[in-house]
Amino acid sequence: MAKNKSLEAGKTKKKNKSLNKCTFALYTMMIPGVLYLLINNYIPMAGLLIAFKKFDYSLGFFKSGWVGLKNFQYLFQTKDAMIITRNTLLYNGTFILLGTLLAVTVAIMLNELRSMKAKKIFQTFILVPYLISMVVVSYIVYAFLSQDNGFINNTILSGLGIRINWYIEPKYWPFILTIVYLWKTFGYNSIIYFATVIGIDTTLYEAAVVDGANKWKQIWHVTLPGLKSTIITMVLLGVGRIFYSDFGLFYQVPMNSGPLSNATSTIDTYVYKGLTILNDVGRASAAGFYQSLVGFALVLTANMIVRKIDNENALF
Amino acid sequence: MKEERNTMVANHKAGQIILNIVLAFMAFCCVMPFVLLVTSSFTDEKVLMRNGYAFLPAKFSLESYLYLFRQGARILNGYKITIMVTVIGTICNIFMTTLFAYPLSRKELPGRYQMSFFVFFTMLFNGGLVPSYMMWTQFFHIKNTLAALIIPSLMMNAFYIIMMRSYFTANIPDALVEAARIDGAGEYKILFRVVLPLSKPMVSTLGLMVGLGYWNDWQNGLYYLTDTSLFSIQNILNRMIADVQFITTSSGSVGNMSTSSIPSVGIRMAIAVIGVLPILCIYPLFQKSFVKGIVVGGVKG
Repeated sequence: MAKNKSLEAGKTKKKNKSLNKCTFALYTMMIPGVLYLLINNYIPMAGLLIAFKKFDYSLGFFKSGWVGLKNFQYLFQTKDAMIITRNTLLYNGTFILLGTLLAVTVAIMLNELRSMKAKKIFQTFILVPYLISMVVVSYIVYAFLSQDNGFINNTILSGLGIRINWYIEPKYWPFILTIVYLWKTFGYNSIIYFATVIGIDTTLYEAAVVDGANKWKQIWHVTLPGLKSTIITMVLLGVGRIFYSDFGLFYQVPMNSGPLSNATSTIDTYVYKGLTILNDVGRASAAGFYQSLVGFALVLTANMIVRKIDNENALF
Repeated sequence: MKEERNTMVANHKAGQIILNIVLAFMAFCCVMPFVLLVTSSFTDEKVLMRNGYAFLPAKFSLESYLYLFRQGARILNGYKITIMVTVIGTICNIFMTTLFAYPLSRKELPGRYQMSFFVFFTMLFNGGLVPSYMMWTQFFHIKNTLAALIIPSLMMNAFYIIMMRSYFTANIPDALVEAARIDGAGEYKILFRVVLPLSKPMVSTLGLMVGLGYWNDWQNGLYYLTDTSLFSIQNILNRMIADVQFITTSSGSVGNMSTSSIPSVGIRMAIAVIGVLPILCIYPLFQKSFVKGIVVGGVKG
């Protein structure tokens, strides 16, 4: 009996030991990743403190002196802070609204298609713009808008005898950038919504048909409610990132053209230009700090709201 | 009754036709700009300057491509860099992501929630460009090295880790891992011999998305490179269009001095075509697993 007991104890001990060995091995697997995240992501978080310093390249990060809120005063005294905040928020707001509308519509249309082959072909085509880098997109936009030999000036507008110098007229750019954004991303978002639509229980449609619902009513009463939670999640994810803009879209597509900057500069392009072109680290870092902090607050708020409405869709 | 049904069928058919037309129009809009890109690279330079970009080349010419072929050292080098960076970067990323994601998916691992949060937090908060730039250039002296195109931002990200973790959690039965353990296999052996072979579709999806990210990346080059011999295709394209913009905005003063150093429109378009062609060729083959990646990672990651 006693012998048996000690044997049992030995067994669990052995099991524990081997489990510990496993745990240790599992931890070692994470070492490269942990190091990478620490360096690439966590150190720059601490580095945000640079916004409170008067950075001097010759002294480096640690030896540069503290200046308190000077950089922020300097940033918010200019009109720039207002313009970049306004642009970032308005563009992203428009993108979220129109992007969602378009993507949901396309997803529903794809679902209503009878032919499986057509479904697949359309899906393949609408994803193509998503695959291309913003640099190439800016080439394409230039081919359309170039003043001397652009497609629009030469073909569409030439009949009317108008020639527009697109790259110096800021008033067109909110539309141009919105079109480019929608063109590049609607396929990707449609696919996400489409995947949800496919997952809707088909018996719901059958029941609706029995109740005499036509196609429109089916979409209104079955498809859209089925999409609701995906839409909420996607929109709130967008809202959480409303302070961040697609650097490529706002930097490459307007080709960094000075006369357009009022209409096209966002926080991201401002930070980049301050850092590299104007060599104004103080203002760039203050703008970056402002973006990180407000961005963080917005993600938390967005998530809190989702949790209130629909706990299942909350991110954390 | 029968008549009603007939009109319903007719309505239905009309609806399908309209749907097809609308979607075909959208598909057309998605592809049409690339056609413009390709045709202008095949158009005679003089005609292009006179008539502008057009969908049908008024005068067909292979001159741009012949030029690239003759003067190709820079482009060829760019291609070499792009391929090298994409291959090395993608392999490193897959390796690091799976190594990180697998332990997170093991339920018996103490501290796995804390580790998941460690990963997830990087999605909520980040330091942004200025501190990252300072760190990579001042402490790691990454400027003008090949590592600048591979390491910053692209080598691993929280989104893919969470995507892989969810896949492992949902698709690898605990019993299987337990059985392998009883057979005496170590954790590394289990991961590489048991888990990964079962996760091939997800690993290829991950590789595809990461590879696309590396192939299309121009930002790291913009931030960290001034040495043109390290330029990838995207960086070359980026530099060329920046030069074009510089000349058109300051045309009076610079004059014809630098116009000659910039490749003509046709050649620029030819380089852009070369840059996107591999992706457009490969894409139809991998379309399915690409779509799957979007769907799995899309909403929540």
